[in-house]
Amino acid sequence: MFDWFAQLGRSAIDFFARLGSEVLLFLQAIAAFKALVFRPALIIQQLFSIGVRSMLIIIVSGFFVGMVLGLQGYNTLIDFGAEESLGVMVALSLVRELGPVVTALLYAGRAGSALTAEIGLMKATEQLSGLEMMAVNPVERILAPRLLAGIISMPLLAAMFSAVGVFGGYLVGVDMLGVDTGAYWSQMQARVDFEQDIIQGVIKSVVFGVVTTWIAVYEGYTCLPTSEGVSRSTTRTVVYSALAVLGLDFLLTALML
Amino acid sequence: MPSTDNNLVRIRDLHFSRGHSKIFNGIDIDIPKGKITAIMGPSGTGKTTLLKLIGGQLKPQQGTILFHGENIPAMKTKKLYEVRKKMGMLFQSGALLTDMSVFDNIAFPLREHTELPEVMIRDLVLMKLQAVGLRGARDLNPSQLSGGMARRVAFARAIALDPEMIMFDEPFTGQDPISMGVLVQLIRSMNEALELTSVMVSHDIEETMAIADKVYIISQGKIMGYGSPEEMNQSDSPWISQFVHGEADGPVHFHYQARSYSDDIFAGENRD
Amino acid sequence: MPNSRILEISVGIFVAVGIAALLVLAVNVSNVSGFSAGSQYTITANFDDVSGLKPRSAVSIAGVTVGRVTSIVVDPETYEAVVAMTIDARFNDVPVDSSVGIYTAGLLGEKYVGIEPGGAPDVLEEGSVIRLTQSSIVLEKLISQFLFSQSDKKEE
Ligand SMILES: Nc1ncnc2c1ncn2[C@@H]1O[C@H](COP(=O)(O)OP(=O)(O)OP(=O)(O)O)[C@@H](O)[C@H]1O
Ligand SMILES: [Mg+2]
Repeated sequence: MFDWFAQLGRSAIDFFARLGSEVLLFLQAIAAFKALVFRPALIIQQLFSIGVRSMLIIIVSGFFVGMVLGLQGYNTLIDFGAEESLGVMVALSLVRELGPVVTALLYAGRAGSALTAEIGLMKATEQLSGLEMMAVNPVERILAPRLLAGIISMPLLAAMFSAVGVFGGYLVGVDMLGVDTGAYWSQMQARVDFEQDIIQGVIKSVVFGVVTTWIAVYEGYTCLPTSEGVSRSTTRTVVYSALAVLGLDFLLTALML
Repeated sequence: MPSTDNNLVRIRDLHFSRGHSKIFNGIDIDIPKGKITAIMGPSGTGKTTLLKLIGGQLKPQQGTILFHGENIPAMKTKKLYEVRKKMGMLFQSGALLTDMSVFDNIAFPLREHTELPEVMIRDLVLMKLQAVGLRGARDLNPSQLSGGMARRVAFARAIALDPEMIMFDEPFTGQDPISMGVLVQLIRSMNEALELTSVMVSHDIEETMAIADKVYIISQGKIMGYGSPEEMNQSDSPWISQFVHGEADGPVHFHYQARSYSDDIFAGENRD
Repeated sequence: MPNSRILEISVGIFVAVGIAALLVLAVNVSNVSGFSAGSQYTITANFDDVSGLKPRSAVSIAGVTVGRVTSIVVDPETYEAVVAMTIDARFNDVPVDSSVGIYTAGLLGEKYVGIEPGGAPDVLEEGSVIRLTQSSIVLEKLISQFLFSQSDKKEE
């Protein structure tokens, strides 16, 4: 019986110790952003491997999601004679939810897993130890620029996703199914609010950028330095990111509505 | 600080364990300034661990590691990074950064810690590469190097900042006799010219004995003996003489600790 | 890693495309440019019934959106709904004797506020109150009114 309590206590202490050290690491990485201002090359390099390399998949996915929304939305709305509202429906779904969420999920799979594997391999091959012994702090030199680049990239990627999606919905709704062009755009513009919808979508994607990138770099940094350890951490990155994004999406939506 | 003695590093009563296995059980080591100190011992006794403890990458459970009279395990992160600028370390695996060329790897510490113009960095890097005989390999990626070459590049990187002390983790493994000779020569001459303090982990008894000023032999968490190479060679301790002369039979066990071989074999038979 | 020139150019393109997408969302999707802060004025109108009208609903003149409803509150004394709306400063010559009504876009669509311009020489400005209002048409009320009037007729 007491054993059981002791066990519970130990795991609780363990949990909070780990949480504490993770928070500390995070703050250290954030504190390093200041110094990065003077080293734009580091950020540009990461923007390339995180942002530029995710651009294509995001744009293509956004386009298809927009087309599907156009098709589904049209078939639902036409029953109410409200197909004129197709633009509103497509735009709001994208800007508020699908843009930030689907982008974050794709990002976790595309960029997050790559980050974990990269940092994990650096650890397994003693490159991180090597940096430490060269008096270069890996948190500042490796984690921080990646985190910052991820935070910058995510809202840009989500905006691309939504913008391309609205266009995809237009292509299906207006060009193929015959919704009036004017109605598509004017109803959308009348109902979509800059502060309520666009800004909130951007806030969401910034939060997702912080969380998914942090999960990715943290998993890499703390992985077991073996090939199995790296592969497990990579999987964990994708799973944790997906759960965190979906859970946070609910929370943020509830808070901002 | 009373650092009137000429020891750059002074280790006292060091205890370190990993999980349940005790790796160091109270060892004392002095590393004299400007000399070459060799650390020897059977594989798996914790020589690499010792270097990492000196570098502050691991924290001992007990004991002090004084560098210039200051205790490394007690240092704050910032201070530790300052101190590390005075140390170079050559990792057993090389630990080169795989996303940049050989040239950039050696330029890396210079670019991180100095404000030198790029032309000067270029000259310095080429100088270091020339010293290890790899000037022609500057544009290769670490993945295109052989193990021995990678280690020589790592060597060049470790000396890039002209540190006060360098720790070499098995610098000679994987080197052909010629480059081995060159490296031995290099360590020796750097030591003489720059008054560099070197700590060297190595299994190559002959080379080590030839250049070391002081030798420590550790095993099973203890210092088995230390002294000048001559003293080691003439030691009447069966333990040291077995190690120094590389005899298979003696008090040193070649095997990782285990129950007796016959027990293990019979345990397998009894199972059926 | 590609060489640094290509790297910089492609990152530049990435950031430019991202910002362009944000601008498209701001201007083409939400039409933020029409209502930038500062170039607008606020007017209020009291209605008996605003059912279906919400903050952010459109305010229009002749079908052109000129502003937005910012808040709807109940007057504690008259129990009327007080609707505040911001009008884009470009439409700064709307006569004071204009009337407002709450209409529905399509049969089941969104409610919006429509302004019927009057003929007075004075114009609406910051803080103006519109007196002539026509309340929201509530379908149930309309139907029940119709039914009652039918039954009234029969009783006669
Ligand atoms: N990350 C680790 N986690 C747990 N135990 C470890 C770890 N690294 C090393 N050890 C253990 O610590 C002991 C000492 O390892 P170390 O690498 O210091 O040996 P070494 O003396 O350098 O050996 P070699 O000459 O083969 O390089 C070994 O028994 C090893 O099992
Ligand atoms: Mg070792």
